[in-house]
Amino acid sequence: MSSNNSSLLLKNIRLIDAGQNRDEKNLDILLRDGKVAEIAPDISFAADQVIDLDGAWVMPGAIDLHVHLREPGFEYKETILSGARAAVAGGFTSIACMANTRPVNDSAAVTRFILEQARSAPAKVLPIAAISKGMAGEELVEMGDLSAAGAVAFSDDGKTVANSKLLRHALEYASLFNKPLLCHCQDNALFADGVIHEGLISAAHGLPGIPTLAEDIDIARSIMLAEYLKVPIHICHLSTAEGVRLVRSAKDRGVKVTAEATPHHLFLDERAVIDLACGEVLDDSLKPNQLRYNTVTKMSPPLRATTDVSALREALADGTIDVIATDHAPHEATEKAVEYELAPFGVIGLETAVALGLRLINEKVLTPLELTARLSLAPAEILGLDDRGSLAVGMAADLMIVDPELEWTVDPEKFYSKARNTPFAGWRMQGRVVKTIVDGKVVFNL
Amino acid sequence: MGFERKDLLGTRDLSAIEIRSLLESAESFKEIAERPLKKVPALRGKTVVNLFFEPSTRTRTSFEIAAKRLSADAVNMSVSTSSVVKGESLLDTVDNIQAMAPDIIVVRHKFVGAAHMIAGRVGARVVNAGDGANEHPTQALLDMLTISEHKRLGPGLTVAIIGDIAHSRVARSNIWALTTLGVTVRVCAPPTMLPRELEKIPGLVVCERPEEALAGVDVVMMLRIQLERQDRLLFPSIRDYARIFGLNRQRLDLAAADAIVMHPGPINRGVEITSEVADGSRAVILNQVSNGVALRMAVLFLLGGQSYE
Repeated sequence: MSSNNSSLLLKNIRLIDAGQNRDEKNLDILLRDGKVAEIAPDISFAADQVIDLDGAWVMPGAIDLHVHLREPGFEYKETILSGARAAVAGGFTSIACMANTRPVNDSAAVTRFILEQARSAPAKVLPIAAISKGMAGEELVEMGDLSAAGAVAFSDDGKTVANSKLLRHALEYASLFNKPLLCHCQDNALFADGVIHEGLISAAHGLPGIPTLAEDIDIARSIMLAEYLKVPIHICHLSTAEGVRLVRSAKDRGVKVTAEATPHHLFLDERAVIDLACGEVLDDSLKPNQLRYNTVTKMSPPLRATTDVSALREALADGTIDVIATDHAPHEATEKAVEYELAPFGVIGLETAVALGLRLINEKVLTPLELTARLSLAPAEILGLDDRGSLAVGMAADLMIVDPELEWTVDPEKFYSKARNTPFAGWRMQGRVVKTIVDGKVVFNL
Repeated sequence: MGFERKDLLGTRDLSAIEIRSLLESAESFKEIAERPLKKVPALRGKTVVNLFFEPSTRTRTSFEIAAKRLSADAVNMSVSTSSVVKGESLLDTVDNIQAMAPDIIVVRHKFVGAAHMIAGRVGARVVNAGDGANEHPTQALLDMLTISEHKRLGPGLTVAIIGDIAHSRVARSNIWALTTLGVTVRVCAPPTMLPRELEKIPGLVVCERPEEALAGVDVVMMLRIQLERQDRLLFPSIRDYARIFGLNRQRLDLAAADAIVMHPGPINRGVEITSEVADGSRAVILNQVSNGVALRMAVLFLLGGQSYE
């Protein structure tokens, strides 16, 4: 995204920015040449454009370090452009896309292709390269070449690197380039043919279960490797109470481990599989027969028990979980309109995540400052992006403007994403991103 | 009339009144099997499609006979998994069948929730004849009918279900029906075939050993062991399973003196049940099969006898 030479003055804002540890009202912020130029109570500057925000919140643009954009190879599900449009509509200004495309992003050529496609996209797209060639778990990708081409991290995501020696060498080699490994922790043998959390619902309904153990055992292995090698490691989408405990105790002993959680794991539990409404008062867009065994509740890791959800919320509040990431996983409608056990894993999240984050504030799980830490500051730090994640003077003018009072209902038909597979359809929200700005330019306007 | 649903998808959501009224209706259909002309005109002009995505001989035959004895036109449609592989989705298949205006669709499918999915899609009434490891309501209801011929079906009765509980839709549908009727249910399986957190289901007692499950029970239900499961590391051998969990003469002696022995079939002789017990005087396995026809007649009649608004 090229910087522009215009200037934009946002007046009468509430600035919320963990990077500067500021949550202050009655400020103005001046954006010039794509960067934050000044923050002060009453800026008088003849800007090209002046907007009075009447007290709306200005927060750093959210940075999602875990999305699937499906291009190249699966453009019918999502494209880099449609995914980026969904991102900015949801307040995300940077999105890091996973490597499970076709071809897999395991070479500089694919990384460059993604960056090329992203040039016309409204959000900044950051390619994550695979750890192993073809994500086959056998040989390392050319990490040096990929880093030079623009890869920001390495991950085999859903295809966990089962070979511990390969994972060890990947961690060692990636540290040469200061690039993190993002680990989807899963023991494939224990995961087996599971489709939902192994617990009361799987017991009662006969759906094959995925034990928490399948995740926990691999989180333990990943942490042990990082601790032994003294390198950083990032754990994707924590979903279990035991996973939280493992990460917390590793952090306590100084292991450089970071972790993310998704909005769906923070708001939904296993009961959603048999009752999608799950206590939520939905609008009438869903028919009663769509509430049971709806495949928008199928993702990996699965929706866990209520005790896991409380543990995740507690960990998000105390910082054990550093990041909210969406694991935005678009699928075409017909792919999800099949038998539960046959449906692909994954749900989309870019257009609902920030609003759900605002709800975490309303539910007293996070403070507004903590929300910007989880959505912007921490992901920027993990990915080593020193020009964003905060709105300090000199940083990129990537931000979102939030109306915290605006009430709206999630309607997938209005999404910018090509996909509709959200478990939050019909949810009534309070608070919404009304404008998104990237490099000083308004890229989304509600 | 105590049964006013569009579909019969499971026993989980049925009330005791609904179960009782289905059983009552089934009672009245039993005698049709004794007639020289085994046919009543109740569903004349109605079309019943048996849509089977999984091979099944006895359940399909039972539904077919039930439909024909009610004078419905019964059509069997076996959709092999190969045509699924060819790319037609379940909903496309069902849309095609719906276009032929059937009144009732009986569905058997290897995956959980398939019947629910179809029921939500079509105007026809849907009967779940087995969806994955979830439910097989007519089997449980015919089991209730069979028990009620020998026992007082309600509080005070104890039933032991022994076998591969984790993968059994028969076990689940029986658990829901029995617990709804106030019956005490004991379940027993190798730990590898026992779903985690099963013990949290109200009214259920989980037993580690068959001896414990059998002690003094009124009804013994043995489940078919899927021989191919051996490949899935769930138990070391048929021999080991039969030795520890199989129902033989000695183990049956632990049950109440007048206990009956049930099995949904087809039985693996010498595995989950010895021939001596399966063919013995306390086995009611063939009564279950006869009752299956009457019960399914009742279900088809109650669903298809009038149009659903």
